[in-house]
Amino acid sequence: MSTVSNNFAGSLVNRSAAAPSGAVSRLSATNIVAGFGEHTVLKGVSLTISSQAVTAIMGPSGCGKSTFIRCLNRLHEEIPRAWMKGTVMLDGQDICDPQIDPVAVRRKIGMVFQRPNPFPTFSIYDNVAVGLRLNGMKRRADLDERVEKSLRHAALWDEVQDRLDRPGTSLSGGQQQRLCIARALAVDPEILLLDEPCSALDPVGTERIEELLIQLKKEYTIVMVTHNIQQAGRIADRTVFLLMGELIEQGATADIFTSPKDPRTEAFISGRFG
Amino acid sequence: MIVNNAASRRWKNRLALCVMVAMVLASLVPLVSLSWTLVSKGIGAVNWQFFYHLPLATPRGVGNAILGSALVLLVATLVAVPVGLLVGLYLAHFAQDRMAGPTRSLLDVMSGIPAIVVGMFIYSVVVQHFGFSALAGGLSLSMIMLPIFARTTEEAIKAIPPTVNEAGLALGLPRRRVIMRIVLRSAMPAVLTGFFLAVARVGGEAAPLLFTAFGSNSWPSHSVKDIVTFKPLTEQVASLPQIIYEYAKDPRPEVVSLAWGASLLLVGMILTIRLGTNMYIRYRYGKGGA
Repeated sequence: MSTVSNNFAGSLVNRSAAAPSGAVSRLSATNIVAGFGEHTVLKGVSLTISSQAVTAIMGPSGCGKSTFIRCLNRLHEEIPRAWMKGTVMLDGQDICDPQIDPVAVRRKIGMVFQRPNPFPTFSIYDNVAVGLRLNGMKRRADLDERVEKSLRHAALWDEVQDRLDRPGTSLSGGQQQRLCIARALAVDPEILLLDEPCSALDPVGTERIEELLIQLKKEYTIVMVTHNIQQAGRIADRTVFLLMGELIEQGATADIFTSPKDPRTEAFISGRFG
Repeated sequence: MIVNNAASRRWKNRLALCVMVAMVLASLVPLVSLSWTLVSKGIGAVNWQFFYHLPLATPRGVGNAILGSALVLLVATLVAVPVGLLVGLYLAHFAQDRMAGPTRSLLDVMSGIPAIVVGMFIYSVVVQHFGFSALAGGLSLSMIMLPIFARTTEEAIKAIPPTVNEAGLALGLPRRRVIMRIVLRSAMPAVLTGFFLAVARVGGEAAPLLFTAFGSNSWPSHSVKDIVTFKPLTEQVASLPQIIYEYAKDPRPEVVSLAWGASLLLVGMILTIRLGTNMYIRYRYGKGGA
């Protein structure tokens, strides 16, 4: 089991040593076409994700934002009648190749969902530890260490350290969402996908998550779906605008917000629709 | 013009309320009177020896029937729980609509089969070949337990939001583990409730036991050798519902009193199981658990 924790520590070191902010891209999607049954949601989206940065995916409801990031960790295919075409390259490997085990993909690409979804009946500790336990980590000391580390990473440790055995569902909405982030971080992913992580939270909870994401991007590559334009402006390094399943525009957040090239982007950002 | 009939409405409202309260009270009469009869007639038979003496000993007791009931319920549980869990999981998570519908109908039909018919069935396929036994009794009870437990398990698992399943998958866990170790555990309070509901339901069944476990006036074999070879399972055993059935018909008042005592014990055990489950679930999983 010590190899697991060594890998964890090792990958953190590698990450901070090898790649300064936004240096190398490791994740890119090419010509993603995806949908459900007869219905096509994404009509050929290509995107390169910057490492150690926050990429915000914006767009009105139903534009395919969630479907897109769910293609990145192959969670899309778990929905009945869902299908996708195109390639997603992670470190030079096409993770959409049917030969590749989606379980292995999802180890590297963690995900946080729209509504906080801690596992019911699991304690705070167990919510974070379950991914490690089910992957074979047994020693209590190793688990304790990783749980604490993950909760600290998610800026939740100070609030919950004296009640780790309480149910995860006993926390406030914002705390639950940080617990879900800790749970995702515990299994040591390299990329973190967040699907509108703040849409069910109050402004205070939202602010805590945003501060946290700014911290986390030093170590993780973050892709976040949001329909909140201000939020993208506050924390994203790069912003992508999707509309009706097509990528309309992408670029540095400052550029997108100050000088959008496409009139539809401008209309969306200035609040004329969406 | 506004017709003011507020006064007549108020009167109708009061009348309706009175009728409802009267009906509630009326429906409580049988329950209260049953409980009173049960306690007043049963309590006389209950003393320490009642719990560990044989029916023909002095004073009389139902020790072997308590043990026998536990034995047949254990067999029923061992058969119905694994099968019911898997059927429930299958219905909740894997069944295509084409397969799920018929499976559900089958279970519903099964739960509607009269207990005595289940007993007769086990009698013809098991007892006629191997004789009366605790095993046959347990099998007949498991057939009654299975549909109840499978359907409550299905509902319990379906009540877990799909995002729990997705969150598990997103952790990079294989689907099987997500379902068995996360979804099932999340559904556990409701699954446990369903289980104890089913146990309480079959614990009071006499009909299927009469011609499967049959009954007995002695203890099950209990030497070490007999226990390790599972001999008690192959013998006919007494059970609480069966002993009530037998002794209630007896002309001697002290034997009828034993039947009342056994009835009180049976109801007490079922109540304890129900309340105990609720308390355990509240303690173990917190208020949001159940």
